[in-house]
Amino acid sequence: MGDENLHQSPPISNVDQSAQQTLIRYLQDLPEADKPSASNAPSRKTPNSRANDGKPRLLLMGQRRSGKSSISSVVFHKLPPPETLYLETTTRIKKEYMHSFMDFQVWDFPGHLNYTDPSFDTEEIFGEIGALIWVIDAQDDFFDAVTKLNELIQYLQENYPEIIVEVFIHKVDGLSDDYLSDTYQIIVDRVQDELEDSGHPLGNVSFHRTSIYDHSIYEAFSKVIQKLIFEIGPLESLLTTLCANCKMEKAYLFDVLSKIYIASDLSPSDSSSYEISSEYVDLVVDISEIYGWDRNELEGGDTEQIEEDPEVGNQDAESLIVLEKKNGSYLYLKEINKYLALICIMGDDSPTDRKALIDYNVGVFQETLKQIFPR
Amino acid sequence: MSSSKRLKQRKVLLMGKSGAGKSSMRSIVFSNYVAKDVRRLGATIDVEHSNIKFMGNLMLNLWDCGGQDGFVENYLLHSRSHVFGGVAVLIFVFDIESREFAADVINYGNIIRALEECSPNAKVFCLIHKMDLVQSGFRHSLFEQRAEHIRAASESFGEAVEFFPTSIWDQSLYKAWTQIIYFLIPNAQTIESMLQDLAEVIHAREIILYERTTCLMVTHITKGTELQNPFTDRFERISSILKTHKHSMAKHMGVPAGSANFAELQIKTGRFMFFITRLTENTNLAVSLPPYEYIFNSARVNISLMRPRFAELELSNKKRPDIGSRTESNDDSRERGEGAN
Ligand SMILES: Nc1nc2c(ncn2[C@@H]2O[C@H](COP(=O)(O)OP(=O)(O)OP(=O)(O)O)[C@@H](O)[C@H]2O)c(=O)[nH]1
Ligand SMILES: Nc1nc2c(ncn2[C@@H]2O[C@H](COP(=O)(O)OP(=O)(O)OP(=O)(O)O)[C@@H](O)[C@H]2O)c(=O)[nH]1
Ligand SMILES: [Mg+2]
Ligand SMILES: [Mg+2]
Repeated sequence: MGDENLHQSPPISNVDQSAQQTLIRYLQDLPEADKPSASNAPSRKTPNSRANDGKPRLLLMGQRRSGKSSISSVVFHKLPPPETLYLETTTRIKKEYMHSFMDFQVWDFPGHLNYTDPSFDTEEIFGEIGALIWVIDAQDDFFDAVTKLNELIQYLQENYPEIIVEVFIHKVDGLSDDYLSDTYQIIVDRVQDELEDSGHPLGNVSFHRTSIYDHSIYEAFSKVIQKLIFEIGPLESLLTTLCANCKMEKAYLFDVLSKIYIASDLSPSDSSSYEISSEYVDLVVDISEIYGWDRNELEGGDTEQIEEDPEVGNQDAESLIVLEKKNGSYLYLKEINKYLALICIMGDDSPTDRKALIDYNVGVFQETLKQIFPR
Repeated sequence: MSSSKRLKQRKVLLMGKSGAGKSSMRSIVFSNYVAKDVRRLGATIDVEHSNIKFMGNLMLNLWDCGGQDGFVENYLLHSRSHVFGGVAVLIFVFDIESREFAADVINYGNIIRALEECSPNAKVFCLIHKMDLVQSGFRHSLFEQRAEHIRAASESFGEAVEFFPTSIWDQSLYKAWTQIIYFLIPNAQTIESMLQDLAEVIHAREIILYERTTCLMVTHITKGTELQNPFTDRFERISSILKTHKHSMAKHMGVPAGSANFAELQIKTGRFMFFITRLTENTNLAVSLPPYEYIFNSARVNISLMRPRFAELELSNKKRPDIGSRTESNDDSRERGEGAN
């Protein structure tokens, strides 16, 4: 994450490269992870990238104060949501490079951008792109925002028809359900009508309700990112198979740091399952931080009187929660690689006593995934 | 009830001016409220009593005393010995945002004198509350300054009064309440020496005993490298993590937070292994171990073998036929919903 203003680097530690990859190491490696290693990064094809350099862009656009910088800071820099109140208005495009399971860029735009200005290099901006996210403040008068959005869609469909447009109907916290569903419908209708009038189908435009104060912004981002993952089909069927084999209710593949899920099994997903999984990731990361501190830095090394054992620990972090009432396992987490973790919600008849079955199937899943995402 | 004899009843007064946040913290610590729910609480009328059963025969007899002037006058004048007699602990809550700090201290002085008269051996804890409303750079000095003033008005309790900065929005609430509970537990030393032995046997780096409903730490044993763990606030941090998890599980399963208990949580990594498991009816044990599978497995076995011995601690008198029939302990009757009126 190459941002100068917001990102607070965790303390740098020299991690032994030969050590196993664990969640903790993942956390401590962050400063290192910040540098996009352009040379050896695998080239990743996204459905609509032209230049194909493997770094799809997410463009955050919309009216002033609609919440673009807040979204980027909360999701990608873990800024506590209330602190977005102090963010200053953006005056020039802020480009951030996200180095994760796949590299992508997030471009945060100023609210008053005029892309029709001839001095503006539209090819540079729209030429290679993943998705354009248009943010609308649902708590404010959104008339202008929708008009501007319609103009932009029009422009894009004539010039860059491959671009996916994602509309974030934002700041939905604090709106009553009725008011929200009315607002949502009005915005969708107005965009749709306009598109039909101009003879363009709605094809590439989708809508999301979002707020930085709950999980909705992460879910929306998850859905946007999933459209940019070329291998999403195979990923989803792998997860679906895993669920079937282990009688799991739901399985997610999380990008641990951003808590975006890059794929899930194909059963219908609901926010509640996403929420519990995401909070579970928090729990494991928090505890891993507390007890995963670097003991090698201690003077005189490890003083624990335990026999030498080459088989130290788990190669990849693993966690399990067993419930009292249901009398069975409930949540399961397995670190897949440096960036990704698998989270499973177990069904009522998931096999607690058949942990070996889960281990086996997850092992297979992990191996297959290595071929898809080599890092 | 005959069972009340075996329990060590400890009367705890929760006082401070109206709106200071007494019922808010009580609901969060003991009744599974989350911080954003407390806005719905009304002012407390007179005194709300709750009985909370803890590890080691401790029965907390909590008096949440409504802070409006009329009620306070009544405590001081008409029910003085009823309210202030037999008190083990007074928790006095100060609102950091109060515009009448001088008046607050005078009121505190009145309470302190009544306590001195009726329960001279009581312990006093002062919580300087709503610290989240102060800009973080000023918190420490403001806290120190207030504490000094309050101590000066503490009469004979003076030096023994303990002060904590608290807020319902972070783990400081757990830190303060952990200290209070620790003070109240009658047989902390016995528990600690048993845990010390256990830690030795299972090669633990650290073990932490948590009360189940409140997720408050009862005590901890720390050994070896873990003594240098840089996260010195980890005990209350884990309290807060566990409480949050309880709420999210309850929400997902659609049950009250009091019934969303896990039997075990395990985390295994290349650097440590960790698990939390039920130890007794009212406690959970968190264990941090070196990262070896055989140590992990034998620790779990050893703990299940030790369970009966710890259970005895909770049932002081040797013969207790039925554990299941507790009446006023941490059951669901005080859960949100029923409790929120
Ligand atoms: N209630 C609520 N407020 C939000 C949300 N997201 C952002 N905000 C607030 O909206 C205000 C503007 O946010 P910014 O992120 O600076 O908006 P921007 O779109 O980047 O603005 P420009 O850079 O001027 O174009 C801030 O005060 C945020 O706290 C949300 O989900 N809910
Ligand atoms: N900012 C902030 N507000 C708090 C905190 N704790 C409580 N409050 C607020 O303070 C208000 C009053 O809280 P109560 O707990 O009802 O006050 P009380 O001391 O029980 O008042 P009485 O019952 O009248 O004596 C509530 O609306 C809470 O939202 C805190 O730590 N920070
Ligand atoms: Mg901005
Ligand atoms: Mg009250």
